[in-house]
Amino acid sequence: MSARPRLAAALEFSAPIVAVALALAAGGAFILAAGENPFAIYGLIFSQCFGTGYGIGQTLFKATPLIFTGLAVAIGFRGGLFNIGVEGQLYLGGFAAALAALALANTPAPVPVLGALVAAALAGAVWGAIPGVLKARFGAHEVINTIMMNFIAFSLVAFVGRRVFETATVRTAMIPAAAQIPRFDAWLPALRGSPANVSLILAVLLALAVGVLMFRTRLGYAIRAVGFNPTAAEYGGIAIGRTQTVTLAISGALAGLGGVNFVLGYKHFFELGFSAGAGFLGIAVALIGRNHPIGVIVAALFFGALSYGGLVINQRVPKELVEMLTALVILFAIAVQQVMERLARGLR
Amino acid sequence: MSAPMVALRNVTRRFGSVVANEDVTFEIAPGEIHALVGENGAGKTTAMRVLYGILPPHAGHIEVDGKIARIARPADAIRLGLGMVHQHFMLVETMTVAENLTLGHEPAAAFGAYRRRAAESAVEELSKRYGLAVDPRACVSTLSVGAQQRVEILKSLHHGARVLILDEPTAVLAPQEVDDLFRVLRALAAQGTGIVLITHKLAEVRAIADRVTVMRAGRVVGGGALTELTNEAIAELMVGRPTPPFVVERTPGVEGVRLEVRELHVTDARGLPAVCGVSFVARGGEIVGIAGVEGNGQHELIECLAGLIPSHAGTVRIDGRDAPRGARARFKAGIAHVPADRHRRAMIEPMTLAENLILGLERDPSLGRGPGLDPAALARRAKPMLEAYDVRPADPRAHAGALSGGNQQKLVMARELTREAGVMLVAHPTRGVDLGATAFIHRRLIAARNSGRAVLLVSSELSEILALSDRVLVMFDGRIVFETTPRATDERELGCHMTGTRTGTPA
Repeated sequence: MSARPRLAAALEFSAPIVAVALALAAGGAFILAAGENPFAIYGLIFSQCFGTGYGIGQTLFKATPLIFTGLAVAIGFRGGLFNIGVEGQLYLGGFAAALAALALANTPAPVPVLGALVAAALAGAVWGAIPGVLKARFGAHEVINTIMMNFIAFSLVAFVGRRVFETATVRTAMIPAAAQIPRFDAWLPALRGSPANVSLILAVLLALAVGVLMFRTRLGYAIRAVGFNPTAAEYGGIAIGRTQTVTLAISGALAGLGGVNFVLGYKHFFELGFSAGAGFLGIAVALIGRNHPIGVIVAALFFGALSYGGLVINQRVPKELVEMLTALVILFAIAVQQVMERLARGLR
Repeated sequence: MSAPMVALRNVTRRFGSVVANEDVTFEIAPGEIHALVGENGAGKTTAMRVLYGILPPHAGHIEVDGKIARIARPADAIRLGLGMVHQHFMLVETMTVAENLTLGHEPAAAFGAYRRRAAESAVEELSKRYGLAVDPRACVSTLSVGAQQRVEILKSLHHGARVLILDEPTAVLAPQEVDDLFRVLRALAAQGTGIVLITHKLAEVRAIADRVTVMRAGRVVGGGALTELTNEAIAELMVGRPTPPFVVERTPGVEGVRLEVRELHVTDARGLPAVCGVSFVARGGEIVGIAGVEGNGQHELIECLAGLIPSHAGTVRIDGRDAPRGARARFKAGIAHVPADRHRRAMIEPMTLAENLILGLERDPSLGRGPGLDPAALARRAKPMLEAYDVRPADPRAHAGALSGGNQQKLVMARELTREAGVMLVAHPTRGVDLGATAFIHRRLIAARNSGRAVLLVSSELSEILALSDRVLVMFDGRIVFETTPRATDERELGCHMTGTRTGTPA
């Protein structure tokens, strides 16, 4: 590679970093307006999130579902599909994990936890595949249908939940110990009290798996070909509809597995509303992570720190600041991406 | 002839290093119908886009009523009395005819209320005056294509157009609608409107134009009053004089039939018949050239043979067996395909050269174990291919989008020729390709022929067809209207058949 293409690649690579910097600067103006010192507030967020074992644990815990959902959105984008249904797939995955764990309560040791994992992935995959089939068969747009599938997922869980929830609560019974995913503080006393658990390792392994799938397999090649240029993929004989359905099913499975962090790793029961936007935030994670597995992990850590940071700065500035920052990062990410790509094109 | 109302004077327009218009001079007199003809890519539309203020010229200028005019945007052109009817209509489909016509200068009452009655009666009056029948209250989406075109013309007239430019107006019309359109154009011309008709159909030129200007390769190469020009002369101007023959060693000896097409019918994307009962064979060791003005069914024929669009009726046999359905199955059955639109069809620009070289082959067992695809195997496969086909840079990891047009086409040729297919479908292989790469691609196609493959070559470049083909078929209006050999014909005769001027086999 000569100097100019290399510079162009560097420009594109730096876009998310520039976007985050600009968002933090804009957020700083709001902190000033709220009568606080932006550096002090940002410093506080940083020291709380990364300065103590407990803080690190909290950040990792918040980041874990974002890795799952970020990967889910990223694989969709790679295949040219915008899966906005990640929230519903995550939610349903968590619910299915709890139900499976409860149903398998009397089975020997690894069965409940494995069964719960499989159930979470399957529930998400089915929920992702439905809009995929609708797109492949009827050309129905996946953006509309994945959004609609979210509403169906929320309602379905509420409906079924009435039969399975503990009386007068909106949660299931505790899952058996054999279905629980251990917390890190069992071996790492430094993280004591934080809910970070082994789900994080599963998330990182899945990120690696997604990387291999995307760049080292025949299926990944087909997914990317359809995503970049469906006309050329068709020319090459790749079945576009089938590839899109498979892409959305994999995306849904990744999102569904995200539910185990909370259900199997933290509370040990399913609770209405547990997903709390982690699915939607996956879109931002994929965007900032440039749809790359490593990028997704880094971006998930960043947004995980922000969401835990929102809790710790609550006494000095409104915690809505964090939501605002998240939105600003997304806005800047899109704008900066465009600018950088235009600059890079000029160089090539 | 009266003084021109509007004129292009010595206009030059480039796109990057490609010269689309060079020293183009073109005049429109009041009341005349002036046909601007030429092959695809000859620069007709570019010239009119310069005139209409869509593209600024790099040299030369525009005159209106004998004075130099600055037309920097379409609004300037409209103000000076120019109107343009594009190939793709610029109408708001959900609005009524009257609303479309008054868009941008709506008749307004107090508080900006839209005076619908006033708009409708103005449109009614206008359509009566010019004999263009449309209902001002009809919603545009409910109108036929011909009626939508009348709305476009009315819109220009409503804006005060004295000169009307129509870009291939008959391409979208049924024959009956063409007659209606021509009646309207004659009436407009009789009232003093100057009309420019961009077309490549000589029959239409003959039917309606007073004067013709012929463009080829970005230049005006001739023209004059229709009464002084024969169709043969215009056709010869369009396709150019015979170029020196292209010498490549050919091994003699045609082998058995490799591709057999019988009574094939294919419809286009709009559901209209595009290929209407085409039959031919291609034998091993021959290049069969399909000449024709673009849009006469060649595209649909190739896409259908490649398995990308279904046939409506008819049979296709490859090496004696019925061709299976679907692109991948056709590849396996022995088809290779170099498509006309390499950017959209033949390659994936954000992917690497190595990845592009396995398009359609990603399930090949030699590329990795099980479901895996081994990047090292891809690179090992790509390296010699890139070198053999002289793709620069010969770096398997380079992105296909970063290559020049010629190198992109060599990349596609490398992949398709390496398939070892018995039948090669090749469409416009040298379009937008530099001279060096063109010669290279031509040599490779002849080598493929010499090695016993059947090559079906579609091109709108007659010199290319004549230089490469062993047999030539001419396609016009979805049919094969003429068959000959390069020795027995010339560009002038082919040009006549391509433009539907003459039909049947030579005497």
